[in-house]
Amino acid sequence: MWANAIAAGARGLTGASVRWFNCQPEPRQRVYFANHTSHLDFVVLWSVLPKDLRPLVRPVAAKDYWKSGIRKRLAVKVFNAVLVERQPQAQDADQTHRMDSARQSLETLLEGLGQTNSLIVFPEGTRGTGETVGVFKSGIYHLWRQRPDVQFVPVYLANLNRVLPKGEVLPVPVISRVIFGAPLQPAPDETKESFLTKAHKAIEELSAL
Amino acid sequence: MRFNIDPQMLWIFYGLLGLLGLASLIGFVLSLAVKSEGGKATVRNLNARIRAWWKMSAVFALTLLVGPKGSILLFGLISFLALREYVSLIRTSPADHRTLFWTFFVITPLQYWLLYTHWYGLFTIMVPVYAFLFIPTRLVLTGDTSDFLDRAARIHWGLMICVYCISYAPALLILDIPNYRADAKLLLFLAVVAQLSDVFQYVWGKMLGKRKIAPHVSPNKTWEGFLGGIACATAVGAGLWWMTPFSPKQAFFMALLITLLGFAGGLTMSAIKRDRHIKDFGTMIEGHGGILDRMDSICFSAPIFFHLTRYFFER
Repeated sequence: MWANAIAAGARGLTGASVRWFNCQPEPRQRVYFANHTSHLDFVVLWSVLPKDLRPLVRPVAAKDYWKSGIRKRLAVKVFNAVLVERQPQAQDADQTHRMDSARQSLETLLEGLGQTNSLIVFPEGTRGTGETVGVFKSGIYHLWRQRPDVQFVPVYLANLNRVLPKGEVLPVPVISRVIFGAPLQPAPDETKESFLTKAHKAIEELSAL
Repeated sequence: MRFNIDPQMLWIFYGLLGLLGLASLIGFVLSLAVKSEGGKATVRNLNARIRAWWKMSAVFALTLLVGPKGSILLFGLISFLALREYVSLIRTSPADHRTLFWTFFVITPLQYWLLYTHWYGLFTIMVPVYAFLFIPTRLVLTGDTSDFLDRAARIHWGLMICVYCISYAPALLILDIPNYRADAKLLLFLAVVAQLSDVFQYVWGKMLGKRKIAPHVSPNKTWEGFLGGIACATAVGAGLWWMTPFSPKQAFFMALLITLLGFAGGLTMSAIKRDRHIKDFGTMIEGHGGILDRMDSICFSAPIFFHLTRYFFER
């Protein structure tokens, strides 16, 4: 109930218009991956999905930010978020530690996906300024390797960086857009680089629409 | 406070009801009669517009019946939504964020609060003087100097059009004219003439439009639409003299002024849309586009109509 109220609020504030481009809202397992510029991203993406799909769609969020207090309650209780450890930077962790941490995150994601759920992920890993879409981390590729049966749907979120940019607390009601694109169609033997390039390109193409 | 329903206002409502009913009927007949693909699209858009007119008229009439508070609230909301469409469309910098927050959540409500409390003096200068100086001051505090003048000017221009100019429409409710119980009739006069002018221009343009009046700005506007629309709306305005403090001749000139200014507003807003490569400011009103697409004629006509009426007719 809270989630739907917050979703309605977010939709009202951002006046989000939605377009499904070569893709329809369907009750099947999907990973929605989007560009990331604002804390509102996952709320708005989630809120524009049809009401009956929402309970099965779980946002993936960084544990360090959403781990305590009201944020945690919001993320876990209200939105049923999957919390993962942020990946350590290359320079401040040794190789084995990094591999362990990545494997653990992947496990968490697979568990969160289960046999019925869908996920919302932000492959850039962190919020950008909104001018360009940043480099994708490889987690989304490993997820696909484990679950090639799941559809990977690109989503472009426009203007949310103007509603609530990084570092601001008060929103400005700029009208935003959410554009869903055609699911990725990777070849069975797609390499990591080419998978990530395809995914990145899919978002960039939607941004030009 | 409540309006006693003025019999003259009732006549206007009946007139609107009849007009909308007639429009719906014509739309229905056209939807059966028109067979070509292009024609069908036009008729679909026409019917969407007519449906939206029913809704807009209903909302407007209801708020008028609630009284001045209702109208002030309605126009405050319209200003807010118009400003939102405007800000979404223009280029802004991340450094503008907090200034924009002020314009939406402090300056806009303040303007309507001044109207609500009948603080006329401050109402007329708050946006052009205080907000005008406040915006660059708040911007300069962020320390970002890139495009500084452009950014300040764009924000203030939006405030002037979407908030200051539109707020003059409900300001007509506080005019005090000798021997005339204004109620909402002047506001109704402005709204009916300005909107009918848009409708008549659309209809004449669709039926006879050939010679483009401003091909680079708005390719759909034609001389035929312009002349036919202005003439018809001005005639209707003159015919409504009995609900205003004006004589028939004065009502004629007021209506003419409203329609000409409305045309200027439509053209100006088209230029902005063209420059930003979009067709409409929004998608809020089916068939029409955004709120600002519907309000552009009011933006330009309301302040001038208000001040002329005030100068010549207020005690």
